Amino acid sequence: MSPTAKKSLNPVPIKDRMKVPRQLMPEQPAEQRAHNFEEVNLGYSPELARQEAQRCLECAKPTCTDNCPVGVKVKEFVELIVAGDFLAAAAKIREDNVLPAITGRVCPQEDHCEGKCLLSKKVKPLGIGYLERFVADYEKRMGSHVLPTVAPSGKKVAVVGSGPSGLTVAGDLIQKGHKVRVFEALHELGGVLVYGIPEFRLPKQIIREQLDYMREMGVEFETDVVVGRTITIDELMEEEGYDAVYIGTGAGLPQFMNIPGEHFNGVYSANEFLTRINLMKAYKFPAYDEPMLDLHGKDVAVIGGGNTALDAIRSALRLGAAKAYVIYRRSDAEMPARAEEVHHARQEGIDFQMLTAPVEFLADSKGWLTTARCVRMELGEPDASGRRRPVPMAGSEFELPLSVAVIAIGTSANPIVQSTTPGLGTNKRGYIQADENSQRTSRKGVFAGGDIVTGSATVILAMGAGRRAAKSIHEYLTTGEW
Amino acid sequence: MFKIIHAEFLAPGIKRFVIEAPRIARRQKPGQFVILRIYEEGERIPVTIENSDSERGTINIVVQAAGKTTHLLNSLNTGDGILDVVGPLGKPSEIAHYGTVVVVGGGVGTAMAYPTAVALKRAGNRVLSIVGARNKELVILESEMRAVSDALMITTDDGSYADKGFVTDKLRQLIQNGTRIDLVVAVGPIVMMKAIAELTRKENIHTVVSLNPIMIDGTGMCGGCRVLIDGKSEFACVDGPEFDAHRVNFEVLVQRNAMYRDAERQSMTEYQQHEASRSAGHACAAVEPIPGGRA
Repeated sequence: MSPTAKKSLNPVPIKDRMKVPRQLMPEQPAEQRAHNFEEVNLGYSPELARQEAQRCLECAKPTCTDNCPVGVKVKEFVELIVAGDFLAAAAKIREDNVLPAITGRVCPQEDHCEGKCLLSKKVKPLGIGYLERFVADYEKRMGSHVLPTVAPSGKKVAVVGSGPSGLTVAGDLIQKGHKVRVFEALHELGGVLVYGIPEFRLPKQIIREQLDYMREMGVEFETDVVVGRTITIDELMEEEGYDAVYIGTGAGLPQFMNIPGEHFNGVYSANEFLTRINLMKAYKFPAYDEPMLDLHGKDVAVIGGGNTALDAIRSALRLGAAKAYVIYRRSDAEMPARAEEVHHARQEGIDFQMLTAPVEFLADSKGWLTTARCVRMELGEPDASGRRRPVPMAGSEFELPLSVAVIAIGTSANPIVQSTTPGLGTNKRGYIQADENSQRTSRKGVFAGGDIVTGSATVILAMGAGRRAAKSIHEYLTTGEW
Repeated sequence: MFKIIHAEFLAPGIKRFVIEAPRIARRQKPGQFVILRIYEEGERIPVTIENSDSERGTINIVVQAAGKTTHLLNSLNTGDGILDVVGPLGKPSEIAHYGTVVVVGGGVGTAMAYPTAVALKRAGNRVLSIVGARNKELVILESEMRAVSDALMITTDDGSYADKGFVTDKLRQLIQNGTRIDLVVAVGPIVMMKAIAELTRKENIHTVVSLNPIMIDGTGMCGGCRVLIDGKSEFACVDGPEFDAHRVNFEVLVQRNAMYRDAERQSMTEYQQHEASRSAGHACAAVEPIPGGRA
């Protein structure tokens, strides 16, 4: 893993590269962005990108790529940035990642590429996510990308769900010459990218551009199809002639805490809260018809410590919440949210109530939420997840006045596809069983990946599953062997 | 875009649309519904499927004008299109040979009860139907219900047609007459379903109701449609919409359906003002929006 001696285009000598500070991402000032839905991060300029790219140590064995779920060739695309060939850099990323403008924004890089960057042993890691985003955006601005040409294979693949994993499968397989049609249950394509992640973190325009690109490559899309209800997996294969099906239906049903008062008006699941805002544009009511509760001057809390929780509470803040709390039962160290989001949320004034959990919601006589009764926690022995188990502290109960509470503690398996596909193996939690490498299910020709297999995870992990599935589907379609 | 092949009023404010939706038509079963969205800025609302024709590839939906979206929907006609129609959603009715089944339809709920009555009749049940409406004009699907029922009873709140009274009066009479009832299926306003549930609970008659909470995606993703069943949250879109009436907390359903009442009134008022200015001189009756619920 020592820096390579290969001739480099980089004008900065290897020994000096650690002295160059990580280039800061330009961002909207916290006090300003807390009141709008525009993107927080503004993106590198070409100059910043090249300066940042020059920090790369060009390791002989790049751990960044090894730790990327889709295997982006980081060193190679970063070298192309150093050389100033940004379009080639974008094309290099696209060899492994069909959604770079999206992953450049939402991927938890600290857990993957940047987490193992050699620089991070001494200084801050290379801004790989920022660079990825830069070249993807640059490519879009230039309006030029190269469409791969490929001979048709004569095979048809149905992809169920247009979220990150389904789109990855579609993008990879269309480049192998297969005909691909993506079915989406909602009226808009993108899955969690559209209904879950807010505009200020991932502008919808970015997703539309990625989808346009995929359409140009020949991917077909059909919205308003709930596979399992509108058509079954068997019908897709037997009647509509699909040679293989990929199931990427996503996270599924929101979990609740099963504490008293969760049915009161003002208690939302994060999925509903975010869907109203992101998919249905309820924040633009009455220009859009879907309503949501008026949050102006209200006290709002989200329960949970993941990215979804932060997306929800930062949205509430932007919709005028007077107080915006994150209530999380563990401590900072265990928070699963992306580090940059936690940092941004603190800057914006989100009040983090750590080691705290609600035990009951209270309401007025008409059933409207007024208060969360909470308890403080301390960390005990590690639990099944390896994280220290939070234990309630005796006598620590207190009341927190709240008008709206958003529950963001995870999801459980959506049963629709499993219950309508005979012979499709599931685990005891109801998720679809799929091989870790081939993503094959118990049904011939049927593959699955993403949250419907693993339970709630991240965009990039779902894309990684999509990547493996596409490879394995291509093999199956080529050899016919199961 | 889903094309409207035919549109007709069944009663004032209640319209039936025949919509080209071949995928949905093929799979629709009694008890299921669709979610639709009329235009880009529109909300998603759950709507009753009254019938379907898998050969023609069409479904029939029945919509009662209550809020802005349903009013807009009912202004559409043959040849118009609906932007999004997705379904069939929800679990189908459990159809079996029960013996004697009483099917109760209240108001526009009759359109939801009708396909279930058809299926129950086909399964060999003796089907006794009770249809209730506020007045004569609002009685819908009378001949259709009569055709699938061994007996059809009709009530109107004001007595302007058939018997004055409520559907519960008829059900109570059946019980008092000693009619053996193996199952009651009731679809209609929440107050009606609650009254039916209270009546049959005392008699220990298994009763199924079709619930109509506020809903967005209809696939279990958002959890907005959660209802309290035996004190536990269940989702009407994937666990229902039909539930054992005796386990349903109707008070919570009423409370949750009131969640957006202010916004719904605002939308409706703005819609009416817009309509009034569009067709100036045309008096527009003030209609109280019904919060949430299936159209």
